[in-house]
Amino acid sequence: MQAKTTILSLPTEEFVHPGTRACTGCGLAIAYRVGLKALGKDTILVVPPSCLTVLQGLFPIASTKLPCLNVTFASTAAAASGILATLKSQGKDNIKVAAWAGDGGTSDIGLQALSGAAERGENFIYLCYDNEGYMNTGVQRSGTTPMGAVTANTPFKGKLQQKKDVPAIMAAHNLSYVAACSAAYPLDLFDKIRKCMDMPGTKYIHIHIPCPPGWGYEARYGIKVGRLAVETGYYDLYEIVNGEFKLTAASEKLVEKRKLIPVREYFRSQSRFRILTDAQIAAIQNQIDAKWANYYKKDE
Amino acid sequence: MHIIENGNVAAALGVRLCHVNVIAAYPITPQTPLTEKLSEYVEAGEMQAEYIPVESEHSALAVCIAASSAGARSFTATSSNGLLYMHEQVQWAAGARLPLVMCVVNRAVGAPWNVWNDQQDSISQRDTGWIQIYCCDHQQIIDSVIKAYWLAEKVSIPIMVCYDGYILSHTYMPFEVPEQEKVDKFLPPFRPDYALNPEEPANLNTVTLPDVRMDVRGELAHGYMEIRYLLHEEMRTSLTAAAEAEKRFADIFGRGGDPYVEPYLCDDAEYIAVGLGSLTYQLRVSVDTLRKEGIKVGVMGVRFYRPFPDEAVAKALKGKKGVIVYEKALSYGYEGALASDLKSALYEHLAGTGKLPFVQNFIAGIGGRDIKTDDLTQTLRAATKNRVSKEPVWIGLKL
Repeated sequence: MQAKTTILSLPTEEFVHPGTRACTGCGLAIAYRVGLKALGKDTILVVPPSCLTVLQGLFPIASTKLPCLNVTFASTAAAASGILATLKSQGKDNIKVAAWAGDGGTSDIGLQALSGAAERGENFIYLCYDNEGYMNTGVQRSGTTPMGAVTANTPFKGKLQQKKDVPAIMAAHNLSYVAACSAAYPLDLFDKIRKCMDMPGTKYIHIHIPCPPGWGYEARYGIKVGRLAVETGYYDLYEIVNGEFKLTAASEKLVEKRKLIPVREYFRSQSRFRILTDAQIAAIQNQIDAKWANYYKKDE
Repeated sequence: MHIIENGNVAAALGVRLCHVNVIAAYPITPQTPLTEKLSEYVEAGEMQAEYIPVESEHSALAVCIAASSAGARSFTATSSNGLLYMHEQVQWAAGARLPLVMCVVNRAVGAPWNVWNDQQDSISQRDTGWIQIYCCDHQQIIDSVIKAYWLAEKVSIPIMVCYDGYILSHTYMPFEVPEQEKVDKFLPPFRPDYALNPEEPANLNTVTLPDVRMDVRGELAHGYMEIRYLLHEEMRTSLTAAAEAEKRFADIFGRGGDPYVEPYLCDDAEYIAVGLGSLTYQLRVSVDTLRKEGIKVGVMGVRFYRPFPDEAVAKALKGKKGVIVYEKALSYGYEGALASDLKSALYEHLAGTGKLPFVQNFIAGIGGRDIKTDDLTQTLRAATKNRVSKEPVWIGLKL
């Protein structure tokens, strides 16, 4: 088992210039910075329109130090396949391809291309940064927006449907590696990227990304909010290695502790959940408890 | 070497001769035999290329766009709704200035579903910033693919090589397969100015502002408008590069002609039929018939449709009494796109000279409706007597 990376052993080389166009307190800025450290220099990135397009800057200035191809919304994974094919035809086997797409670009418009690439076993890492909505266009609902969240196009009732479980969809493609991470646990993200980098075929990493303007909390509380999602058992950190599911990092520790923070604290930390009633929160708490009862049972 | 094969195989052989590195395709009739043939070449090791059987046409072009951005010579092919599904990527490839070559095996578009030939698919992509070449026979298909790679890479503009579904794609005729050695002489390896690589990182196709902007070294970089202007401007000058391609090709292979138009009995003609693709070869039969009747007609195929060779077209039609345009597509609510383009070129170059011919537009073969040579002959004969109608006339309509 690889040693866990600490803030002291994290590589110092930066691949994101300071002064990106990210919002203050952006969770993506953390995940991207640490994620690129894990991927390293010999990487070609693929990015569809998303917050990341903005973060990377306006022509001719770019905040990313790695080569990056900006592509159309629905084509991320197909574009990654095209770069891989070229590298193969050029005999360059030392260069990795990594796609960074938002949750809309992954769970909605990009799902077909992603499924196609995964089915073909394209050898690249697909990272979905999930800020749970179309934040770049002004906070509209996406497939991964959680139930109850108020968005610009679910303005009064909140989203009525549940969050789409994209890692489960990707796991159904029998990938060598699927993982769920959070920007609030960047070192875990670093380790997971490093762990799967040399695994065969398509690797899928889902990253929960707190978003101050989209979720409605003060910019300084991003890590706190992200951790609450995990500590309440609402969003789990895990990996599925060759089909084997395993809770990891902070979520793994929660199994040992057998104690979750009530999910109410997570919901009340953000204004987007303001319409959730006590009864609705209690119902969600029941779902979380049932899910964790299962985890505890497996642990016994 | 002369062989007898179908049009799709002619295209596939052309692609193989060009040493394409990356091929991506999604099946759609009548393109499928072309891409099946390519997968056969790759699997049999007759072609050193990566073949990606993508899950959609949108992804097919996405693969080619990314592959080309990383320095690969790339190819895809499609038809009909497949091309329409690609539309976003078609625009993207042109904006990104990638020298892709795509065969469009022309087929009608839905709704309703129809798998037969017309040219509404490629005509609907006229304004995307791609060069469009139309082929009349198998020799032109294989030669055009080879010339297209040279031209696309010369001007950094993608090219559609269009040929009629079934009529060319599935029929067999003899053609010469160029020798590999000569193709290699004609077409050097693809060496783009920039290809994605970690040693020289660049961020391609980032958000670009309406106005110019200073880069970190204090130099002004193009705004979106400059980038788009240059696409247009360099498309216009690619007409010159097309002539160069034609000449180089003729020098090496000993065949070729006018890069823009293909005239038949036009010199002394008073009336000229104009069209795109295989229809113009069928029109030659009608012209032969009418010539026997003493009617001075000719036919001109437009090979290069975008950029539009307006000067060459106007020169060829100068002093003629009438121009009769036969089209398998139209701009709904007006007339055939080619008819409009011809009128525009004629007005631009001949207005005020007293040598402006009338333009009659016929629409034929929509959705694969059989085009009878007799119908072509009859309509052409009628149009040489009088302009039939201001509105486009649909041949063989049963209403």
